[in-house]
Amino acid sequence: MIAIVDYKAGNLTSVKKAFDHLGADAVVTSNPSEVTQADKIVLPGVGHFAATNALNESGLREAILDSIERQVPFLGICVGMQWMLASSEEAPSVHGLALWPGECSRFPASVKSPHVGWNSLEIRSSASRLLRGISPGSYVYFTHSYRVPLLAVTTAECQYGGGFSAVVEKDNLFGVQFHPEKSGAIGLKILENFCGLEC
Amino acid sequence: MLTKRVIACLDVDAGRVVKGTQFLDLRDAGDPAELAAAHAAAGADEIVLLDITATHEKRTTLLETVRRTAKEIFIPFTVGGGVRSLQDAAAIFDAGADKISINSAALADPSLIACIAERFGSQAVIVAIDAKRSDTGIEAWTSGGRKPSGKDALQWAREAETRGAGEILLTSMDRDGTGKGFDCELTHLISEAVRIPVIASGGAGGAEHFVQVFREGAADAALAASIFHFGLTSISDLKGRLFAAGIPVRFPC
Repeated sequence: MIAIVDYKAGNLTSVKKAFDHLGADAVVTSNPSEVTQADKIVLPGVGHFAATNALNESGLREAILDSIERQVPFLGICVGMQWMLASSEEAPSVHGLALWPGECSRFPASVKSPHVGWNSLEIRSSASRLLRGISPGSYVYFTHSYRVPLLAVTTAECQYGGGFSAVVEKDNLFGVQFHPEKSGAIGLKILENFCGLEC
Repeated sequence: MLTKRVIACLDVDAGRVVKGTQFLDLRDAGDPAELAAAHAAAGADEIVLLDITATHEKRTTLLETVRRTAKEIFIPFTVGGGVRSLQDAAAIFDAGADKISINSAALADPSLIACIAERFGSQAVIVAIDAKRSDTGIEAWTSGGRKPSGKDALQWAREAETRGAGEILLTSMDRDGTGKGFDCELTHLISEAVRIPVIASGGAGGAEHFVQVFREGAADAALAASIFHFGLTSISDLKGRLFAAGIPVRFPC
């Protein structure tokens, strides 16, 4: 069972709909014990980094960390990916998981923000498991005002006001800044790859 | 590179897609769910469904139509028309929309923009502006283009941004349904005045109009309805033309 973690920030209908379309057994839940039982965890996210405070206050943070420790595959989407870092300029007092070094930062003033629309993936690692079968230059749909810097774990980057991380992955940890549930056939393929992971 | 978006709009009345000229004289153009899926397959970057009679008839948006349309499309899906409250917006998101578009209700109570943005994020809130030129300037109109609001379109766009709108959907009422091309001057004016993306709407008649509004209008996205429904231009043909003209688009899809 895939647990889609609901922390009462935004709308999870589209994420659930995409997993349903793929025939995956996915449930939307805000119950920490259900998260603990899941074979895979998806942390969606739209809106403000501060919304992740609800994870810190509800026992979901501990449940997620416990599963990550047990090598359960974890996918953070958009703000869910940003939460994998320690912090974001958007809400400096809110603590992310600090799985990787770095801080999420705002786009420079030289470009419009939010970054909204279809942008191309520059795949940096042919070993990416999430991007298996995805061609370099494939377009995916982004909508965000803050971004994850380029990291050692970045497997695909995107260009907008400079390069930033579009996909990060290491072992059982995966993050995508774009919305695979809104990225047509390419996005569904990425979610299918996640569903098929054995970690 | 971030691409320019081509958005297919479905104007819906009583569960059917319709299209009129300058907001009047409606003609039937098909089933919303079927048309949305066809446009997505043909390369539309987003789908917008506008319940065009919802506000003035004080009906709630047709949630069932939204649910049916959302079911098989996996690209961004916006719904507008008749959204008057946070509860209206929540019901539409629950039915499968990714963004809502608000117009009359935001003009009547601008705090609604922040109210929805705080709960669902700015990326989920599009403020639609129906702009009409007059001797004195460019005014935002309300109630599906039936009444002037008294607000200057440019000032209203800036205010909407400040209040938390994620995008502006700018419709030229003077061009809507005419096929004479987008109002590039108007689009450029608004696009330069705000820091959020601007979607140009109203007047698309052919591929050259999209090239113009992306080049001269500084539009981030462009929306059209009737030219796609009646097959005057397929979206895949249109995107091929844009690609050939050097406009960055998602092509092939």
